[in-house]
Amino acid sequence: MRPFSYAAPTTIEQAVSLLEVEGSEVLAGGTDLLSLLKDDVERVERLVSLRGVEGLSDIDVSGGRLRIGAMTTLQDLRDHAGATEAVPALVTAIDGVASAQLRSMGTVGGDLLQRPRCWYYRRGYGLLALGRDGRSMVTDGDNRYHAIFPEGQARFVSPSSLAPLLVALGAEATVRGPDGERQVPVEALYRAPQGEGERENTLGRGELLVEITAAVGGVRSAVYEVRQRRSLDWPLMAAAVSLTGEAPRVDQARIVLGHAAPIPYVAVAAGEVAAGGELTPARIEEAAEKAASDARPMSGNRYKVQLARTATRRALGLAAGMEA
Amino acid sequence: MADYSWPEADRRGQIGHRPARLDGPVKSTGFARYPSDQNPPGLLAAKILTCPHAHARILGMDTSAAEALPGVRVVHVIQGEGSEIQWAGDEVAAVAAETEDIARDAVRAIRVEYEVLPHFVTEEHRDRAPAAQPGSERTDGDPDAAFASAHRIVEQTLGMPQMAHMCLEPHGQVAGWDGDELEVHASTQAVSTLGGQFASELGIPATQVRIRTEYMGGGFGSKFSPDRWGIVGAELARKAGAPVKLFLDRDQEVAVAGSRPSAFARIRVGADEQGKLVAWDSDSWGSGGLPGTGQTPLPYVFSRLPNRRLRHTSVPTNLAGSRAWRAPNHPQACFLTMACLDDLANELDLDPIDFLDRNLDLTGRADVYREELGIAAEMAGWKERWQPRKRSRERALQRGMGVSIHTWGGRGHSSNCDVTVHPDGAVEVRIGSQDIGTGTRTVVAQVLAETFGLELHQVHVSMGDNRFPQSGPSGGSSTVGGVSASTRRAAQDALREVLARVAPRLEAEPEELKAAGGRVYVEGEPSRGMSWPEAAAQIGGAPVSARGRNPGPGRLISSGVGGVQIAEVEVDMDTGVVRVERMIAVQDCGLIINRRLAESQVYGGLIMGVGYALFEEWIPDPVTGRLLNADMEFYKLAGLVDVGSLEVHMMTGPAYDGRGVIGLGEPPVISPGAAISNAVANAIGVRVPYLPLTPDRVLDALAGGGEAA
Repeated sequence: MRPFSYAAPTTIEQAVSLLEVEGSEVLAGGTDLLSLLKDDVERVERLVSLRGVEGLSDIDVSGGRLRIGAMTTLQDLRDHAGATEAVPALVTAIDGVASAQLRSMGTVGGDLLQRPRCWYYRRGYGLLALGRDGRSMVTDGDNRYHAIFPEGQARFVSPSSLAPLLVALGAEATVRGPDGERQVPVEALYRAPQGEGERENTLGRGELLVEITAAVGGVRSAVYEVRQRRSLDWPLMAAAVSLTGEAPRVDQARIVLGHAAPIPYVAVAAGEVAAGGELTPARIEEAAEKAASDARPMSGNRYKVQLARTATRRALGLAAGMEA
Repeated sequence: MADYSWPEADRRGQIGHRPARLDGPVKSTGFARYPSDQNPPGLLAAKILTCPHAHARILGMDTSAAEALPGVRVVHVIQGEGSEIQWAGDEVAAVAAETEDIARDAVRAIRVEYEVLPHFVTEEHRDRAPAAQPGSERTDGDPDAAFASAHRIVEQTLGMPQMAHMCLEPHGQVAGWDGDELEVHASTQAVSTLGGQFASELGIPATQVRIRTEYMGGGFGSKFSPDRWGIVGAELARKAGAPVKLFLDRDQEVAVAGSRPSAFARIRVGADEQGKLVAWDSDSWGSGGLPGTGQTPLPYVFSRLPNRRLRHTSVPTNLAGSRAWRAPNHPQACFLTMACLDDLANELDLDPIDFLDRNLDLTGRADVYREELGIAAEMAGWKERWQPRKRSRERALQRGMGVSIHTWGGRGHSSNCDVTVHPDGAVEVRIGSQDIGTGTRTVVAQVLAETFGLELHQVHVSMGDNRFPQSGPSGGSSTVGGVSASTRRAAQDALREVLARVAPRLEAEPEELKAAGGRVYVEGEPSRGMSWPEAAAQIGGAPVSARGRNPGPGRLISSGVGGVQIAEVEVDMDTGVVRVERMIAVQDCGLIINRRLAESQVYGGLIMGVGYALFEEWIPDPVTGRLLNADMEFYKLAGLVDVGSLEVHMMTGPAYDGRGVIGLGEPPVISPGAAISNAVANAIGVRVPYLPLTPDRVLDALAGGGEAA
């Protein structure tokens, strides 16, 4: 393992100033970053542990808003009655992180900003996995678990368990940095990198995700994950939906797919189909078709298009209180 | 000649009972010290540098940076400049250092310059293989005429990929030298033969190598030799003058330390109007990595099927060579055959169990299969619940049932042991064989206890050391037959010697005496006897010892078993996800020594079977030639929640017991792939032609109507 220094700040301000130095990385739950370092996939000069920083792991539900500190462990969030009562779909999303160890050590911020699982990236071929000739190893190689909505050269999938749901809820992220605090939609934390120097998130140097907030009143939400194994496994496809309006009426619908694109994929047109009336089975079917209509699958992941449709249909059904 | 036999059914104090595994407590509490747990003083850690390319030539190597790292003790070049590497993961250099982290850093610091050469790793496309080796055609009878007059014919292309052994304890050993004597704590299936192999590779006399394997964490056929890492570990230890621990990392374990060959085939099979099989034609191919692979036994089980033509092509790839995987070639042959027969039964509008039954005279053991099929069908509620294939989209979740049958030999291997009775009554056996997790230690103890009429805790088993009498490797389901027979013979001989000394004291003939219930007494007159310690004291000051051998006199073992399995699955028609709901296994294995451990073997076989039916496969990358899933993330093993309900029925009674002991490790892992595939076909109305039955393959089959993708 390459040597690195380790810093354990106790305040957000200290953490931010430590992170401003190039080569610094946040260490949250450490469930993945340490493996990336051991495998020499990522290199850091300094790890900045957030474990000792005060005030990053609070959960609060009040005034129709849910606030979750970025260092909250997934298990603590799962066990928080107020949070899971406000957003029952959190339970499905967190239970999808299929090991007690990962739930107990992994954090909300870490889940949102975890690195992709692409097997080319994980074997040291880079996030975009471009061969020496500039050709995509993913398109020429085995892409059964890759994106059906690739963006430019980015063909990995966003693996976060919570992001689709939080994006569907229109949650906001509080980011602290050298220039102070900013609020951005969770959706805006993500981007599809187009060069090997770029990350799949939009945080600038020295910036730190500190909190997630979401309006949770009057929203029905659901998550459906297609997974091959019941035991420890990544979903092959995930869909999260949020619906507003007096049931069975749906005023607005947001549909977000996970494991489908390099970012949480917002199926805008599908949401429009689902909104503005009663959510009938026929309308659900139409929205599900729409969710996958822009898919551009590769040689080995055509099946995921159908999974996207199915996950959307079932998530909508769950949110609308129908049989999945 | 003395008589060697097993006790009659009504006189078995141990055999056929269900005692718990003797080493269960030390294993489950973590006190058992596996080879990888051995930490002798001064231990160094070693790591291996592997080649990242599937085919390459080494143009140069610079180890200076590694040698300069503090804490590095030895850098050892395995394949230097000019070597041609034939698979990714092949070993290039190794380092021994004071800690595992330093060794890892040092390995990474070695600079290797490669010329990358073309590779081929996707043998399912045999037409693209650069070095395919077609074999000669074999024809029996007149298949063309038989097909021409057949009532129904099915033609199908089927296949299953290479997969890994995935031993939870990776391959490796702790090796240390005392002068010119080598001691190796090896994770091996072959204690008695390993020492000689180390010796010849290292150029030392075999007498100077000690092998010990008290426990080990799984082999499944992949741990019979020292392997390159074993020899390298010993070399590092010799150069460093300190013991060296070298166990493979998980990626190496998956990629180079054991795989099962793939098998693909285009098969035609025909039946007459009565549903009798009349013709077979198979054009098969497969790969076991660089060496390719031979023909699997087709048609499986129905080996008397007349009128057949077989062709096979071996397809070498740039992947590490395969190793024996639990029931070598059988799971492949079973899937290829039983899937076709299931499709043919469907064409004939026959219940597949009925169809198998009509053809059992083409197998070697019709009576066993017939009885087992009846029991399995009863357990499954087959008659009431099985439905012909249909293709319904009414509900997303569709259920199906499938059946398969299998066979295996399982004759006991060559085994020697020494049984010693001490004057204080202590009884011990020393035997070279190892317990690879199957419960061999417990079974041997039961044979001893049975013979001397003692309880399990009153006998001692010493095994897994090459200083003990040579006893066979654990492979081919041959261990239980070998060790139980040699132990029984030695124990009976030792007991006879004790009885000969006791007889005069009881004023009886030795043949009249019986050892049971912790006593020795005159048969039929329990009061004319003495306790076992008193009896043992009659032997005088020196212990009595006897050597037992297998093969040997007396009908203690035999071979040849049959088994039937039924799978019940639920398939999500919209996602292609398959869940195994229930597996039923009916298995024959002759005389069962430990019913609980025998059932455990079957449970284990079913669990591994669900794994390769649904999840497990090597995924070699066409671009780089490397395995993309040499890890436990995307190399998916079945978890306990994935295997469904497992129900096991062991065949017992005089017809089975009377055959003596037969091995059981392999048979239960043979049928699951076929039974589960057949259940899925039954559920969704179409054959998914490839294993594992992943969602993409299931959806492809549903979309395409069942033809191979």
